[in-house]
Amino acid sequence: MTELLEPRAMGRDLVRRDGVRKVRGTATYAFETPVESPAFCHPLQATVARGRITAVDTTAAEALDGVLAVVTHENAERLASTDDAELAVLQSPEVAFRGQPIGVVVAETSELARQAADLVRVTYDEQPHDSVLSADRGDLYAPEKVNPGYDTDTVQGDVDAELAASAVRVEQTYATAMVHNNPLEPHASTALWDAADGGKLTLWDSTQGVHPDRKAVCSLFGLDLERVQVVCPYVGGGFGSKGTPHANVVLVAMAARALPGRAVKLALTRQQMFTMAGYRTPTIQRMQLGADRDGRIRALALDVVEQTSRIKEFAEQTGVPARMMYTAAARRTTHRLAALDVPVPSWFRAPGECPGMFGPEVAMDELAHALGMDPVELRIRNEPDRDPETGQPWSSRHLVECLREGAERFGWAGRDPRPGVRREDGWLVGTGMASSVYPTMRQAQSTATVRFEDGRYVVEIGAADLGTGAWTVLPQIAADALDADVDDVEVRIGDTRYPIASVAGGSSGTNTWGSAIVEAARQFRGKFGRRPEDGDEAQGSVDQAATDDEHATYAFGAQFVEARVHADTGEVRVPRLLGVFACGRIVNPRTARSQFIGGMTMGLSMALHENSAWDARIGQVANHDLAEYHVTVNADVGDVQAHWIDEHDPYVNAMGIKGIGEIGIVGTAAAVVNAVFHATGVRVRHLPVTLDKILPGLP
Amino acid sequence: MPGTDRAMDADIRLRVDGELHELTVDTRTTLLDLLRERLGNTSPKKGCDHGQCGACTVLLDGERALLCLALAVSHDGAEITTADGLAPEGELHPVQQAFLDHDAFQCGYCTPGQVCSAVGVLSEVDRGWPSHATRDLTAAPELSTDEVSERMSGNLCRCAAYAHITPAVQQAGGAR
Ligand code: FES
Ligand code: FES
Repeated sequence: MTELLEPRAMGRDLVRRDGVRKVRGTATYAFETPVESPAFCHPLQATVARGRITAVDTTAAEALDGVLAVVTHENAERLASTDDAELAVLQSPEVAFRGQPIGVVVAETSELARQAADLVRVTYDEQPHDSVLSADRGDLYAPEKVNPGYDTDTVQGDVDAELAASAVRVEQTYATAMVHNNPLEPHASTALWDAADGGKLTLWDSTQGVHPDRKAVCSLFGLDLERVQVVCPYVGGGFGSKGTPHANVVLVAMAARALPGRAVKLALTRQQMFTMAGYRTPTIQRMQLGADRDGRIRALALDVVEQTSRIKEFAEQTGVPARMMYTAAARRTTHRLAALDVPVPSWFRAPGECPGMFGPEVAMDELAHALGMDPVELRIRNEPDRDPETGQPWSSRHLVECLREGAERFGWAGRDPRPGVRREDGWLVGTGMASSVYPTMRQAQSTATVRFEDGRYVVEIGAADLGTGAWTVLPQIAADALDADVDDVEVRIGDTRYPIASVAGGSSGTNTWGSAIVEAARQFRGKFGRRPEDGDEAQGSVDQAATDDEHATYAFGAQFVEARVHADTGEVRVPRLLGVFACGRIVNPRTARSQFIGGMTMGLSMALHENSAWDARIGQVANHDLAEYHVTVNADVGDVQAHWIDEHDPYVNAMGIKGIGEIGIVGTAAAVVNAVFHATGVRVRHLPVTLDKILPGLP
Repeated sequence: MPGTDRAMDADIRLRVDGELHELTVDTRTTLLDLLRERLGNTSPKKGCDHGQCGACTVLLDGERALLCLALAVSHDGAEITTADGLAPEGELHPVQQAFLDHDAFQCGYCTPGQVCSAVGVLSEVDRGWPSHATRDLTAAPELSTDEVSERMSGNLCRCAAYAHITPAVQQAGGAR
């Protein structure tokens, strides 16, 4: 139990400190870094899905006036570490997936770089590829762990016996689509290698963590930490895909090192982002749910099948939320992977929880329907008083309050449960709901410095603001930790010049960096008291992942959706999305609301639009641009409301906060599917909910 | 440089945020790359380079336009206003102020394009231009939620600030 800071600046509705720069467009993102006479890079990509490069002819490209370098596996520097096969680019002639980077062209202008890239001739010894995920594959395997270190399988009690003894059963298979993060700012960098004195690399990179990015680059190139500086004041969205460096970072650093003293710039094209920047694996979720007539769950089983790439394993932890969400007399979760000739999957907003609260939350709706019970009540009936997986008490769990308040605000009471019976002007109308959850995590390493400078407090930490609001909320935390006015606090982030900060991932950023800042403030006041002098400085750190390991720490939420489905065309509209969340204390209601509605709207996008259509003949996403890969646009969105309850949690950290960046996307897609069922009587179990899946079943 | 081949180059004049530029450009160069990679004006963003996202929206000769779809050579004499040119330094255009008031963005990468697009929308509505959402084609269009959402749908926001963007545009429209 920690003593919570008195909130004075925390909780205030302050405007973003970087707001003016963003509305004018003067905030500089990685590619935009002003440098003297930059050169421009264009990556070369494999045009076969599996095979071996037999020849590369760069003559025509190199003959072009203005081309500075063509780097391929034949002339690329040997990396110091090739442990990470995704990042070990240009080290061999092997091709593991279509679109894998096989070279990079550097030229005086971006037009020339692209022209030269077109002139490079590559021949391959092409091999048959295998890129189709299915639950029937004979080569599915159990990974050792699932991301980031959870058990692959769990079992409690006798699932088969409890299922057999259940009065009502739901046994169905659900599926989520392959989806790409697609932050609006492409993965991009500016890099400069200064060869003097053994060399120094300056990398302006679009990343969710300058320090983790630097560490990866240093190990790849065999450089000491002090020889690399990573700078990133602004990130144009990441959603997990900039949480770990991808191949573009290696290419730009190689290009810079090939041209010492010359800054080089590389931005992936939108199309290239579909092969090089990570994505969420498609998931196949076999769900078994058995309950007594009164709704108490006896058996809960979730068997997940998903994909990874043949060269690098990423095992999405889709079965994890089913381990702790509801009570069950017996429970089983498993994960099986197929290793395919496909690009490398990675983090996408709420890995695990997002897909893993789709199948189970739709199954809960199916169970409620089979029982003739209200779906909100079914969830309340299965509320566990301790974490069912570990037996630990909750640090705080207010799911029931979220459900009740959400139902109240949404106008859920008196809902007619019958599907497909409400018609207004040719539209079938329905409502649905689902629960949300996200673990409250703190990373093990972050340090902040507090310094008194010209009558103000300067706080430095290598944190990242991906639009999450760190520029604005970290000063609020620092102000309360120092007992100072927030206007007297300046926070500097996004540079490895500042003390080490953890990645902005797992909704752990504000928790981790804020905890370091609180500790630094404590050290500062302890040393210098309330009347510091110019230049007084202290540091504080977090060095363990949690303040408390006796409690299960999670944020919870409930989402309610109104769906309208056109009775003739099957078109789906979602005029209302309403979420209520219990996420500890909210540091800044303005930026928090944007995070919640952003996550919920991305969940709507997952429900109705997002689908990377895999062309198995050639091993590539067919719809690899923003015209064909659909995301929600303004006209797809109606009334989107995020609310939260006052939650006091003395166990999570000194601020009493939980992460809020990911929970909004969790559960939304299930709530949409459940609302579409209520509207039409059609249960869509495979995302996204498109017309072809609805039309045949319309009443 | 630019294209290293004079046969592929052309001379043009452009006014960008009030400043006149006389330039020799590679005829393959888009206005977007010209601004971002040669003139150092990175207010318009590149999200797709294919006219699919709206991040590069500016006012081109007074109308909203996508710079990634505009070849520089075909816009000799054009006048461009980016989000950074909408108001003098230290001041904000009413649309920009409304975006701040409503927190109508997160990462900010789509924002200069959204802002320019919104300025264009307000002017189009003022001039009575209908949209797909306009019910009565004989009446002056209003800044209803449907109208604004429809007209702003060419500007993707992956942070999904739409529910804040629409009221921001309405606020700016009301303030005119
Ligand atoms: S960059 Fe021009 S529309 Fe996307
Ligand atoms: S604010 Fe990030 S894409 Fe719109």
